[in-house]
Amino acid sequence: MNRIEGRVKVTGLATYAAEYPVEGLVHAFPVQSQIAKGRIRQVDAAQALAMPGVLAVLSSEDPPELAAAASGELALFQSREVAYRGQLVAAVVADTLDNARAAAAAVRVGYDPDDHDVSLRADHPGLYKPDTVNPGLPTDTEKGDVEAGLAAAATVVEVTYATPVLHNNPMEPHAAIACWDDEGRLLVYDTAQGTTWSRDILARVLGLPADRVRVVSRHVGGGFGSKGTPRPQAVLAALAARAVGRPVKAVLTRQQMFDVTGYRTPTIQRLRLGADAEGRLTALEHVAYEQSSTLEEFAEQTATPTRIMYATPALRTAHRLVRLDVATPSWMRAPGEAPGMYALESAMDELAYAAGMDPIELRVVNEPDTEPHSGLPYSSRDLVGCLREGARRFEWERRDPAPGVRRDGEWLVGTGVAASTYPARRRPSRARAVRREDGDYLVQVAAADIGTGARTALTTIAAGALGVDPDQVHVELGDSDLPAAPVAGGSMGTASWGSAVVRACEELKSDGREGVADTTEEIEGDAQFARHAFGAQFAEVRVSSVTGEVRVSRLLGVFAAGHIIDPQLARSQFIGGMTMGMGMALMEETLTDEEFGGFLRRDLAQYHVPACADVRDVEAVWLDERDVELNPMGSKGIGEIGIVGTAAAIGNAVFHATGHRLRELPITPAKILMSRF
Amino acid sequence: MKTFDYARADSAAEAVRDHAPGTMYLGGGTNLVDLMRLGVAEPDRLVDVSRLPLDRIEQAGDRVRIGATVRNSDLAADPGIRARYPMLARAVLTGASGQVRNVATVAGNLLQRTRCAYFQDVTRPCNKRRPGSGCPAIAGDHTNLAIMGASEACVATHPSDMAVALTALGAEVHVTGTGGDRVIPMPGLHRLPGDEPERDTVLEPGELIVAVELPPPPPGAMVYRKVRERASFAFALVSIAAALDVGADGTVAGCRIALGGLAHVPWRAERAEQALLGGPATGEAFLRAAEAELEQASPLPRNAYKVPLTRNLIVSTLEGLAS
Ligand SMILES: Cc1cc2nc3c(=O)[nH]c(=O)nc-3n(C[C@H](O)[C@H](O)[C@H](O)COP(=O)(O)OP(=O)(O)OC[C@H]3O[C@@H](n4cnc5c(N)ncnc54)[C@H](O)[C@@H]3O)c2cc1C
Ligand code: SF4
Repeated sequence: MNRIEGRVKVTGLATYAAEYPVEGLVHAFPVQSQIAKGRIRQVDAAQALAMPGVLAVLSSEDPPELAAAASGELALFQSREVAYRGQLVAAVVADTLDNARAAAAAVRVGYDPDDHDVSLRADHPGLYKPDTVNPGLPTDTEKGDVEAGLAAAATVVEVTYATPVLHNNPMEPHAAIACWDDEGRLLVYDTAQGTTWSRDILARVLGLPADRVRVVSRHVGGGFGSKGTPRPQAVLAALAARAVGRPVKAVLTRQQMFDVTGYRTPTIQRLRLGADAEGRLTALEHVAYEQSSTLEEFAEQTATPTRIMYATPALRTAHRLVRLDVATPSWMRAPGEAPGMYALESAMDELAYAAGMDPIELRVVNEPDTEPHSGLPYSSRDLVGCLREGARRFEWERRDPAPGVRRDGEWLVGTGVAASTYPARRRPSRARAVRREDGDYLVQVAAADIGTGARTALTTIAAGALGVDPDQVHVELGDSDLPAAPVAGGSMGTASWGSAVVRACEELKSDGREGVADTTEEIEGDAQFARHAFGAQFAEVRVSSVTGEVRVSRLLGVFAAGHIIDPQLARSQFIGGMTMGMGMALMEETLTDEEFGGFLRRDLAQYHVPACADVRDVEAVWLDERDVELNPMGSKGIGEIGIVGTAAAIGNAVFHATGHRLRELPITPAKILMSRF
Repeated sequence: MKTFDYARADSAAEAVRDHAPGTMYLGGGTNLVDLMRLGVAEPDRLVDVSRLPLDRIEQAGDRVRIGATVRNSDLAADPGIRARYPMLARAVLTGASGQVRNVATVAGNLLQRTRCAYFQDVTRPCNKRRPGSGCPAIAGDHTNLAIMGASEACVATHPSDMAVALTALGAEVHVTGTGGDRVIPMPGLHRLPGDEPERDTVLEPGELIVAVELPPPPPGAMVYRKVRERASFAFALVSIAAALDVGADGTVAGCRIALGGLAHVPWRAERAEQALLGGPATGEAFLRAAEAELEQASPLPRNAYKVPLTRNLIVSTLEGLAS
């Protein structure tokens, strides 16, 4: 189905957070730390306060009141300690954005700097074992004897992979408008991937009951996780509005987005794999080293996909974290799975070569009966089907596995494959469905449409449940005053909201007028299953033997992700994820500035994502899967699996093309040239 | 962004007259306005020269005169340029994006500033932006910076693609200023950083570029090739503009090589050219020429890849032209 809001979007009529016409609006602009670690001696705002249009300067000189529960990145101006370069240390509120920005440059912040440490290393003395990794998973798992498995193996692969800092870079910048009313109620137009959660967190940070806060995010221009929880701009707008008694808008610049809205942690990943003569794994170990800030522990679940992928008698996964003088990492499309599967699926390719096996057959012989780490049965798993279908479409049987032998002029050509996976979960949600006076149906749920087409998918789901034409269904979302719903995250949005919408529609059908649903109990009663989507990614690359340039001439993703609710929307999600995976493989990288702290290359002229010319032939197909253990729609989330495995497939193809294994992303011409030519 | 005055000049003479300390000329603004928003450029006054009547491409005898305000997209699309100077059309087309090229001017393109990340960030030191503050790129991120002609004060590169082609073609830059008119040959407009990295070019304050003149194209085939990790909308890691004329006896009768992404200037590979002239047009000779040029390279740890890249690029481009 075409996107319901397509017309308002392309005609510029869709209202995004920064665009709400609010009377009497003034602007806040942040002042950012210029040291990576230390203490703020003083904030001298005298000059800024004397500048035209300036209404207030907020800083730790006179910390604005926040609840004791406020912590980490949202505890704005509460402490004089500086945790990283770029952290918000003050803000100016002024009548115009230009005046606020000019005055922000005039705020003088004095520091007592300390030595900083911003470099992740696998031998960092500060590495420790967090209690859990996101989202509350065990930090380490161990089953069987890895050393014995390796000792008994016919083939052993021991490799280390590294991935850089990556930034989500949604098109729409993080923005918020905060308005307090006379009774002390707060309305925030924010760029939120979930208004219910945003409201709850903002209320907690500000020390307000949740019913006094309302968050509205009707249209969100992408988030990829970076808008999953409130970011500093929402708190800043609320504090500034309270301080000046007027509504305040805070819009982050692209550079500030790099600094304070989260990023994917860099990783160093050590893998050890052993296989017997038939290629069956005898041991599999995956240890991930990653970073967080001194403000908050964010422990990415990088090695967790290894717990569910392949059968092995000995399986160990572990995560170690170090707290550096850096901003707090956050969620970015397929957090954990994207970097973790890059390493695992590259290592599997190395194992296939070491064992002299076809990489698809290696995966097939290691297909497990039950989830390796938990022993749970899969609700459905069709990795093998995806590999086989992809192999057929990619004419894999005609592939000569020998690396570095195919040439087209100066271009070396190679193909690669990698598996893909992502959890298929759902969270409790509420929804309401009513029959309107005009006979149409209104469906309400505090879901978020972050550009995915959630509004459209929920319309399809409701229409199906009601047995009516989608034209008769009107979905309202993006407002915390609507029935509470979880975030658009973890590929759980549609499964969670859709479950509640179906139940509400069922009730409406029997009631005739209204249906209200809360799926908390239903989900608590879900049977124990391992629920995941799977996929296979195939890549063909061309590597210039002259320049080291890598061009992806073909990408194919085959996914088994339950019932596909809307093929058109699903295709966009898959190929969008795969394209982002291409960026991860070949170009995306934020550099950490070792000398001064903070990040370098903080704009889109320097942080490269694929341009249209890079996206030549990207194709996504899916196998229809019937799985009754998921949710009423039988669907699995599809927002993230597209990025999982793409980088490995491309890296494996680069090896096939050149004979060189590059184990550090991104695979740039510089790395290719230095390794080879 | 600092508040500034804005004036539009109706003639080159008026623009020059209007120039005072703190004044900057405004072309398409695609680089200058970016730098103003970043606080890197803080002019008191802009004199908009983008609508001066200098927007024509004219044949003048066997030479071609390109007005300073000709838009990049118009230059690349001009049938005469495409037919006679294909490397120039190609170089311009590989730069930036369609939207940027539609507003960017020829003069502005030549005078665009380095893309060094430290230069663009006013919260960090940079000798080019704040003389004497230091050059953090040398110990930090210099992946895309210079391997030739750099100094201890600055390792920046000039980012223009067009300038590389103009350097190979031996273009002349026509300028006017309070001191009168003068002609600056390419290479020669841009300068190496030395201990004055704040000066990108030899232009005096207030000097206005009015045109770029092309001599007749060199005989033989010519090409522009740009290397970048994504297929479009990225500055060159290294680029090459080359023309090669192989005589009937198989020896090199004429040769032009200019390189982008290597230095503070579009780099004319004179040593390579000298090495080739009169010699055989073979892969071996091309390699020797490339190596002769690259003897001057002094790469840093993160941009050492540019040495093999440039070598390969010279050899492969010349081989392509020779065949
Ligand atoms: C995202 C992005 C990507 C880009 N990628 C590339 C690329 O790949 N390759 C490439 O070559 N370029 C690239 N560019 C740069 C682009 O080519 C330049 O910004 C553009 O050519 C500058 O022209 P302008 O007319 O807009 O100059 P302006 O920004 O107006 O001016 C630039 C400078 O020239 C001065 N000036 C302007 N006109 C005159 C004159 N007549 N006489 C004297 N001084 C003058 C100005 O004072 C200023 O200092 C990119 C730019 C952007 C924004
Ligand atoms: S290389 Fe030049 S432009 Fe870059 S930081 Fe050093 S001095 Fe500044």
